[in-house]
Amino acid sequence: MSNLFNSMIEWIDKRFPLTSNWKAHLSEYYAPKNFNFWYFFGSLALLVLVNQLLTGIFLTMNYKPDASQAFASVEYVMRDVEYGWLIRYMHSTGASMFFVVVYLHMFRGMMYGSYRKPRELLWIVGMAIFFVLMSLAFTGYILPWGQMSYWGAQVIVSMFGAIPVIGDTLQQWLLGDFTLSDAALNRFFAYHVVTLPLVLLVLVFVHILALHETGSNNPDGIEIKENKNPHTGIPVDGIPFHPYYTVKDIVGVVVFLIVFCGIIFFAPEMGGYFLEYNNFIPANTLQTPDHIAPVWYFTPYYSMLRAVTINFLGIDAKLWGVILMAGSVVIFCFLPWLDRSPVKSIRYKGPYFKTALALFVVSFFVLGWLGTKSPTPLYTLLAQIFTVIYFAFFILMPWYSKIDKTKPEPKRLKE
Amino acid sequence: MADSFSINDEMSGRRKFLVAATSVAGSIAGAAIATPFLLSMMPSERAKAAGAPVEVDISKLEPGMLLMVEWRGRVVWVLNRTPEMLESLVKVEEQLADPNSEKNQQPEYARNRTRSIKPEILVTEGVCTHLGCSPVFRKEIAPADLGPDWQGGFFCPCHGSKFDLAGRVYKNVPAPTNMVVPPHTYLSDNRLLIGSESEGSA
Repeated sequence: MSNLFNSMIEWIDKRFPLTSNWKAHLSEYYAPKNFNFWYFFGSLALLVLVNQLLTGIFLTMNYKPDASQAFASVEYVMRDVEYGWLIRYMHSTGASMFFVVVYLHMFRGMMYGSYRKPRELLWIVGMAIFFVLMSLAFTGYILPWGQMSYWGAQVIVSMFGAIPVIGDTLQQWLLGDFTLSDAALNRFFAYHVVTLPLVLLVLVFVHILALHETGSNNPDGIEIKENKNPHTGIPVDGIPFHPYYTVKDIVGVVVFLIVFCGIIFFAPEMGGYFLEYNNFIPANTLQTPDHIAPVWYFTPYYSMLRAVTINFLGIDAKLWGVILMAGSVVIFCFLPWLDRSPVKSIRYKGPYFKTALALFVVSFFVLGWLGTKSPTPLYTLLAQIFTVIYFAFFILMPWYSKIDKTKPEPKRLKE
Repeated sequence: MADSFSINDEMSGRRKFLVAATSVAGSIAGAAIATPFLLSMMPSERAKAAGAPVEVDISKLEPGMLLMVEWRGRVVWVLNRTPEMLESLVKVEEQLADPNSEKNQQPEYARNRTRSIKPEILVTEGVCTHLGCSPVFRKEIAPADLGPDWQGGFFCPCHGSKFDLAGRVYKNVPAPTNMVVPPHTYLSDNRLLIGSESEGSA
């Protein structure tokens, strides 16, 4: 039996690099031996991606991308399709959990300096994945054509209208109409199920290729490739990804699935944070709901969008809001060059960086919380203060990271 | 290996020219084939034809009442303002960003304090000039959430923009301009036509 198997593998290997790829990316891909809790989220993101693709395909079998039928077809999935409710809740919960694991994955990178040389491109590809993910979440949220779908889309598409000169034409081009209508729903469906998933898959593939070129960073932020066994050429602090980390990741998957199932079965709406109550009302083009807020994962950026209320530098408040909102996400791409610290990991960084990162996390959460609230003068003031802190984390980084008191990095990984 | 990506220095002039010419021709072909795809995403002929004007009967519109009408997929408000409401337009003028409607957000015949043809009847698109939400009609004076200076107006729940009862925007809010007054005309005393300035073009 094993003979037959071996000769089969041999047959394939002469025609396709199966064994060599298995080795290069799994059994002989050496990862640092000190991965901790924070290293679960990359593989969990892959798991959620598979969940979204699978459940998404099955949802398209019953969904109708038509402004007059979309809302009813989603209710049909929920009430009349066998297990339709389960597949839809897996998809909607998966969307929120995608952002949970991706935010934790990004925070891991920020703590351990995973964006630093030589992983700049890896980080930027990761950010590109994040942008596509945001687009996917946005286009997906429009599809049920409920009140939040409609007015959320209205706000986001109007942002393009704020761009000087080309804004109006660009907005019509995006909508395929002069207002948000069936034409837009139909094309957002095309983006959500074809264009963006294809781009996402390619980017994820490139992200993993880039990772396997540079090798993984680790909580100590030192390069294990600089310490190779002279005889084997294998990093002394590295262990093969398979079986060591595949087995570790299975533990993460099990814990994750327990949480995931808990949400699906007991709190799929998550108190209005995962699925908003207003979206259970069909889109009404004549009336905005009294209180609109985006889904939780967009609320920090949404707070910044509405934080600017005065015109300055000859640019009006509306355009400033859009610039800040876009800038708050794009600015992550510059991290590799903003950080001038001699060390990568937070373990060896000094008090300035630790304080700055803590303030950044606080501002992210406060802005996120404010984004769920109706704007009042006090909340707007708070949003303005924390927007400044959010951006200061990035813009002042070249200075505070450089003068910070760092500890010396070890030569070898600690246990 | 890296050399194979760049144009070799030892390449003959003839070959360099051919590489450049092929690249240019290829780019033009690329742009040409992209054009129909990009243009297919502009509003279709059907979408362009759907902008017909709407006729509204305002005989039953009591003072203080707001009527919502759909025109081109957007909401248009017709508000019959009471004398008190018209007085409030003067009171709030200090707090407005563009009280004299200098920016082109209205036809010439609505470039006045009430931003209307008939002083009491306001016709405006019920669309916030910030990001397209539809503001809420808040006619009460000085409610708790909008402060003691509030004289009645429109409040956008999305991002907190404020407008007075003529759709004029307040200072220091996210919305940059006054609300848009659509082209409109009166066919008779109580018959309002929205979307056109003459019966003939309707």
